[in-house]
Amino acid sequence: MTSLMGYQPQNEGVGYSFSQPTSAPIKEHSFYPYTDNGGSTLGISGSDFAILAGDTRSVAGYNINSRYVPKVFRIGGDDETGEGAHILLAVVGFAADGQALKERLDAVVKMYRYQHGKPMSVSACAQRLSTILYQKRFFPYYVQAILAGLDEEGKGALYSYDPVGSYEREQCRAAGSAASLIMPFLDNQVNCKNQYIPGSGEGHALEPKMPEPLPRDTVEQLVRDAFTSAVERHIEVGDGLQMLLVTRNGIEEIYHPLKKD
Amino acid sequence: MNHFPESWGRPRNDIYGPYNPSFLQTTGPKAHTQSPAVTGTSVVAVKFNGGVAIAADNLASYGSLARFTDVKRLRTFGDSAVVGFGGDVSDMQYIDRLLGSIDIKENYSAHGNLLNAKNLHTYLSKVFYKRRSEFNPLWNHVLVAGFDGNGQPFLSSADLLGTTYSAPHLATGFGAHLAIPILRRLFPEEKPIEEVSKEQAVAALKECIKVLWYRDARSLDSYSIAVISKDGIEVKEDEKLEAQSWAFAESIRGYGAQTV
Repeated sequence: MTSLMGYQPQNEGVGYSFSQPTSAPIKEHSFYPYTDNGGSTLGISGSDFAILAGDTRSVAGYNINSRYVPKVFRIGGDDETGEGAHILLAVVGFAADGQALKERLDAVVKMYRYQHGKPMSVSACAQRLSTILYQKRFFPYYVQAILAGLDEEGKGALYSYDPVGSYEREQCRAAGSAASLIMPFLDNQVNCKNQYIPGSGEGHALEPKMPEPLPRDTVEQLVRDAFTSAVERHIEVGDGLQMLLVTRNGIEEIYHPLKKD
Repeated sequence: MNHFPESWGRPRNDIYGPYNPSFLQTTGPKAHTQSPAVTGTSVVAVKFNGGVAIAADNLASYGSLARFTDVKRLRTFGDSAVVGFGGDVSDMQYIDRLLGSIDIKENYSAHGNLLNAKNLHTYLSKVFYKRRSEFNPLWNHVLVAGFDGNGQPFLSSADLLGTTYSAPHLATGFGAHLAIPILRRLFPEEKPIEEVSKEQAVAALKECIKVLWYRDARSLDSYSIAVISKDGIEVKEDEKLEAQSWAFAESIRGYGAQTV
């Protein structure tokens, strides 16, 4: 009967003609989902504090978007203002990813407190942040993150990350566009690289100076110096310096204007 | 007639040949926006004492063709927020529908629509970020003007990547190059916005739109301007640029008749 009507029954499915797959040439995607918003961040830990700092300029190419877009955030605070937080996060790179990452980590730390009835330790938060970053291994959060807080012994703790979640605990770390300018300065001033004890010997016998935790005033001054120098040599760094300090008494915020040129 | 209901009412293959579905792409990459088509140019906005002023011209370009000359790129939301759209016009219209449905839903609540400009900006930036993360961006750069939760003037930007930033004066597109320097000179950032009057802000925006009309080839001399203050939103949608002076063009080769 069907053959009389000239209809060829299809073997499977409903067989609408428009559901037939067609092969289209693979089109190249031209949309690029990242941008670089510039700026730099810096973290240094001390014996009973940790400091995270970042400039507040946001750029797009040669344009300055805004002179005040913070890069350092309080994580796991009680409200919008971040009051009651004990962990700091600095993110630099692609600002939208940085914002998303900050909000996710903030939610995680808050949920931890509601579920366990105690604040999340910095080491646990550090591991969790690594996991969050690695979960997006094949579409990464394009940011360099630095996490800071106080460890179980009350010592300053600082963790630095690459965009896909590799992390380590360090004494100090600079990230962002002026990292290559600031980091060598930190190597010398914080980790005492290329510093020797005067008169301790000649040539190879010269004794290297051992790094030790620096006092708070010294660290604050180092951060300011690092940024005022970076502003001179990097066009994406400037406008303002935001410093957040964790101590056992909570978090302090210090703002210093930088050159706006 | 046959026993296959799916073929009833369709052109018979034996007479018309098999249906050619090649124009209905069902496989291969989805046709996401990879570049904008019909676009709007700059939006400029500035905060003043007790509010925010925002302006955009009424042009929608198709490449270099001035295609639609009566497109309103400022959209009010609730009774104290305005969104200014730059970029793809179809995506603007999609977001417009999105905001329309939110407004309707909010108005069903007992207290009416309480979403302020800050909430709106957060929402829009999340929509943009979600869509960019799906590689299906909404090709816009928007400015959101209004008030935050504390009743302070609010002005912030969100773009197709989900990047957000806020400042006392903002501009998208060409305005970022041409209008921002004018606004920064008129209202230096160390000067508090309380010292800027509404009249000064509006005059500055008109000046910016004029400079953009002089120098941005994708701009128009008819524009919309909205002033958001505690008294509500005052929108004018069919403004014409006044007091144009093309005297500067005399000295530039390429404008008008050349006598060389």
